[in-house]
Amino acid sequence: MALDLSKLKYLESHEWISVEGNKGIVGISDHAQREISDVVFIELPKVGRVVKQKESCMVIESVKAAFDIYSPVSGKITKVNDKVAGDPGVVNQSAYGDGWLFEIELSNPAELANLLDAKKYDEVKHHAH
Amino acid sequence: MTTTATPLKRTPLYDRHVALGGKIVPFAGFELPIQYTSIMEEHLAVRNGVGIFDVSHLGEIAVKGAGALAFLEAVVPTDLTKLVDGKMQYTVVLNEQGFILDDIIIYRDSFDSFYLIVNASNIAKVEKHLQKYARPDAVVADFSDHCGCIAVQGPKAVDVVDALFDKQAKNLGYYAFKPLEGSDNRAWISRSGYTGEDGFEIFAGPELLGPIWDRLVTEGKKFGLVPCGLGARNTLRLEAGNGLYGHEYDETRTPYDGRLGWLVTSTKEYVGKQALAAKKAGIKERVVGFKVNDKAPARDGYMILKDGKPVGKAASGTYSPSLKVGIGIAHVAAEHAVVGTKLEMEAHGRRVPIEVVKLPFTPIRHL
Repeated sequence: MALDLSKLKYLESHEWISVEGNKGIVGISDHAQREISDVVFIELPKVGRVVKQKESCMVIESVKAAFDIYSPVSGKITKVNDKVAGDPGVVNQSAYGDGWLFEIELSNPAELANLLDAKKYDEVKHHAH
Repeated sequence: MTTTATPLKRTPLYDRHVALGGKIVPFAGFELPIQYTSIMEEHLAVRNGVGIFDVSHLGEIAVKGAGALAFLEAVVPTDLTKLVDGKMQYTVVLNEQGFILDDIIIYRDSFDSFYLIVNASNIAKVEKHLQKYARPDAVVADFSDHCGCIAVQGPKAVDVVDALFDKQAKNLGYYAFKPLEGSDNRAWISRSGYTGEDGFEIFAGPELLGPIWDRLVTEGKKFGLVPCGLGARNTLRLEAGNGLYGHEYDETRTPYDGRLGWLVTSTKEYVGKQALAAKKAGIKERVVGFKVNDKAPARDGYMILKDGKPVGKAASGTYSPSLKVGIGIAHVAAEHAVVGTKLEMEAHGRRVPIEVVKLPFTPIRHL
């Protein structure tokens, strides 16, 4: 999976989404995986679950702490990456590739306007939480 | 109403942690590195080789005078008559109600000179408590701001210390200490630590501590020595089954519900004795280790359940880098504190099966 990183949209809480049509793929940024470090456990959302934008929908745990992961958009979870559940370290190795987390069907694409573009995220990521 | 945040202290090694890329976090009133590269890597370096930790946040309190031994006997529940010069004793300080004010290590230099190593968050509290019982022939003095400490831990710690600092350190027994060779009595070394591995702790003033750290970092490289942060210190101590004040022990716990009953002697009088004796029969919880039946880490504060009913609470928890499963230490109702008992923990709304296991989680490998 090769993503055009310049086209990704971000939440300030470090989740990225890559959108094509009404489908999005979600993961966490490379900056976030470095901050979290040593991902050891991932609890993915249930396929079919309907989430709101910025709703906590899954958990990533490192050795030191648990981190809530927020959905960048509203919609229905259509697929999850079982590979990261079995081998959580993939998120550290490939945050924009094999370490993606879930696919979501956007219910309100207009919400994308609320997200940061790659350039803006790059500026704020060190201060965001 | 105004709130004044207490400014965080820095250890004498702070600039070195920043230069080494340490990720600095507030801990017990200090700015300390939680990790340099990865908790996992640092943890495994200590289990398989050698790592160093800045533990200068620990407090040091001196007790001096002809009455020092009698004073200490009166403020800790442990029998100190067998503690000889140059040896150390782990124990607790109890308040008048028999609850744990702190867990400490007593270093006996001589009959009239002792050093107490106390937890950073408890320095002021313990000093105040001790001053209450101080006597003209036993003077209590906190010198924490003038003393730092570096822990060198792991199976190769002895090789590093032998090559860089002190040929005699390898002859030190466990929980023994002496002046560091060549330090002109300005630094001390003990064979001790918190990780469950062989290792040493080197105590020195701020001006000596930096150069010692630098030599360990540069010359230690050929031994594979790795600087380690608080994160690895926590996962290592947890695997070794060592409690941490504020988690396993606090002012609502007695030695009996904290797995520390072995510290209590009946052969003398001490502060808190009567209250402790009165409480003993009524203590309903015990400290146990538990393993998670999958990779989900345990966390402090997680509720522990039996058949859906709360029976306790996790005091500490993590993912065990050595065992590759979640582990934790919990206070649970005594009837469930039996090795092999199947319980559950509640993690983010999910009920996860756990099992009570024997502590420590990993073998203790110090002398």
